[in-house]
Amino acid sequence: MITGNDAAGLGAIYAGATVCAWYPITPSTSLAEAFERYARRLRVTKDGKRLYGIVQAEDELAAIGVAIGGGWNGARSFTATSGPGISLMSEFLGLSYFAEVPVVLFNIQRGGPSTGMPTRTGQPDILSCAYASHGDTKHVLLFPANPTECFSMGAEAFNLAERLQAPIMVMSDLDIGMNDWITDPLAWDDTKVHDRGKVLSAEQLDSFRETKGRDWGRYQDIDGDAIPYRTLPGTHPTKGAFFTRGTSHDENARYTEDGGVHARVLDRIRRKFDTASKLVPKPEVSVRDKSSRIGLIYFGATRPAVIEGLDLLEREGLKINSLRLKAFPFTSEVKAFCAAHDQIFVVEQNRDAQMRSLLMVEANVPGDKLVAALSYDGTPMTAAFVRGAVLNRLRHDKQAAE
Amino acid sequence: MSYITKPVAHHPALKRNTLGLTHRDYEGTMSTLCAGCGHDSITAALIEACFEMDLPAHRIAKISGIGCSSKAPTYFLGRSHGFNSVHGRMPSVTTGANMANRDLVYIGVSGDGDTASIGFGQFCHAVRRKLNMTYIVMNNGCYGLTKGQFSATNDKTSPSKKGEQNPFDAIDLCQTAIQLGAGFVARSFSGDKRQLIPLIKSAISYKGFAFLDVVSPCVTFNNHPTSTKSYDYVRAHNQAIDKLDYVEEKEEITADYEAGTSLAVEMHDGSKLVLHKLNGSHDPRDADAAIMTIRKNAARGQVATGVLYVNEQQQDLHDVLETDDRPLNELPMAELCPGSKALDGINARLR
Repeated sequence: MITGNDAAGLGAIYAGATVCAWYPITPSTSLAEAFERYARRLRVTKDGKRLYGIVQAEDELAAIGVAIGGGWNGARSFTATSGPGISLMSEFLGLSYFAEVPVVLFNIQRGGPSTGMPTRTGQPDILSCAYASHGDTKHVLLFPANPTECFSMGAEAFNLAERLQAPIMVMSDLDIGMNDWITDPLAWDDTKVHDRGKVLSAEQLDSFRETKGRDWGRYQDIDGDAIPYRTLPGTHPTKGAFFTRGTSHDENARYTEDGGVHARVLDRIRRKFDTASKLVPKPEVSVRDKSSRIGLIYFGATRPAVIEGLDLLEREGLKINSLRLKAFPFTSEVKAFCAAHDQIFVVEQNRDAQMRSLLMVEANVPGDKLVAALSYDGTPMTAAFVRGAVLNRLRHDKQAAE
Repeated sequence: MSYITKPVAHHPALKRNTLGLTHRDYEGTMSTLCAGCGHDSITAALIEACFEMDLPAHRIAKISGIGCSSKAPTYFLGRSHGFNSVHGRMPSVTTGANMANRDLVYIGVSGDGDTASIGFGQFCHAVRRKLNMTYIVMNNGCYGLTKGQFSATNDKTSPSKKGEQNPFDAIDLCQTAIQLGAGFVARSFSGDKRQLIPLIKSAISYKGFAFLDVVSPCVTFNNHPTSTKSYDYVRAHNQAIDKLDYVEEKEEITADYEAGTSLAVEMHDGSKLVLHKLNGSHDPRDADAAIMTIRKNAARGQVATGVLYVNEQQQDLHDVLETDDRPLNELPMAELCPGSKALDGINARLR
């Protein structure tokens, strides 16, 4: 038994995170505290030196600023927050996105808008996180369903952040984060190497032209995956220095006001999202009946309620296939599942069917296929709700047909 | 013109430092600031200081916020990594960078809007965290990029170019820094290179939070006859409280200093500051006296410049956090990731 926040804090330890900056906010506070607790146990040398640094910042703006500074300088860095913190961190998320600086953000969602219900759960930050910050932005989101996944996805988020050179948001919630869950044991594969992404050493900078056939430039797409090579301060006496900036820049990180260059750089960053869709965790698909044209999409903490709800429906003779999203951008499996079903329930804990919107916009799923099943009273979802939402809709459809 | 790279051809007789580098190796791209901008003089002083200190440029990180001042890091140390972050947030980015690698020299460049308004909170907390950095404010009392609005450091008695009165009192960043516990606090004037260069060297040598407020006139919006941040005004009212000699570790102090009028302060890296008192009996080790010196001079319309305060015993953030002596960003994963065996133990305790 463990809470999601404890497991996520431990995941950050296993990921090798060394810089943590945070500002207290319910229900995310216990995540940073768990990191500190585990770090005191697992990350102190024999002579009492700490192999990590934690700063309780003055506010959320500073917390993510510290994490971005650490990521820029090559340390695995993260912050943890909740709804209002996301609003405050949005400007910096745009910088991290555009300047391509890795950072991990744990969002332990609670009821919104505004201060909302700090002590109740929800999934109301899907859109505000997917598109956080002004201008054209789009971010990678991970959706753990339980503490075991808070650990594994929490650790994986750091690999993705450094591989993609981008902010990665782990979208937990109060229900997972603060409650003790009976969950599968945490597992770690010692043979799996931490993916530190494309960071050049002094030797690699010296031989870059030789090995890649082109000169290095901070934002050059050398490999065709839209991910450039980065360098860290202090690496080489004469090579690899560049100016990281939130202003528009060309492929060599130089300031530009050339609209064509600006658009070209934005397009490459968008293409990085295609690469991301091949790297993020694949969804959990459960087929109860191959011939069924009814499907259900869900994510996060609702997993036990959804599975139980679908079991109830199956006992009543209704077999519904399901797909649990683990990440945004949507992978090819999501698109295939939507194509294979005529009516798809999208179960989520917010008022405006945010994931449904995201599926329509980002996976081109026709809206009339997607039925919103929404619960946003701040309590964890129940199997009865899932069963009721499906049956009510089907009854309504039947009546309309008659 | 920041995209224009300066020609790299060096005059063969150009002076070289012990690293074999010339001034030119410490320069950046061409400045796009207005001709005569004080910021360009500060940039020149920074280049001179780093050259004379024999600092390897790639071991320096330049971090800034947004504004005319924050553009300046492009114009010096082209071999250093730079980070032009978001408005008022240079201190937090520098905090994270410093936590990740304690071995680099961090030069934070900010302006009066960036520090005294939008970033005032971050400034205060960076001071409080005793971040080992040199924090330079290029202070011109106005928002240059948005065409000359008053900033929070503009004196109440100093109207705008168009004659508008400034309704609010100025924030004195040096007083604030001293009050919050900054270890090294100095004020200077962009037009006084002889004072500025040793101050920059001292600030870089200082282990802990070193704050440098440099009055740097805005030639376009705040250099008129009634401005208290103009070249003419500051030249006429500059009250240097001490004359500073920066003595590197390798050098011996050879000059004879008259007892009672000079003070030698030893820095963590072995270098020394020798302060020759010019006016009165200002003791820069006394925080209360330092604030008094600033206030007394300000009341007379004078700008007290020089080393205002220095604390020889300050700890830095890494001392407080008890972090390892090695930079965190260089620790091998084998030391950071406890592995599956440790996880088995954790799982067992959770059953």
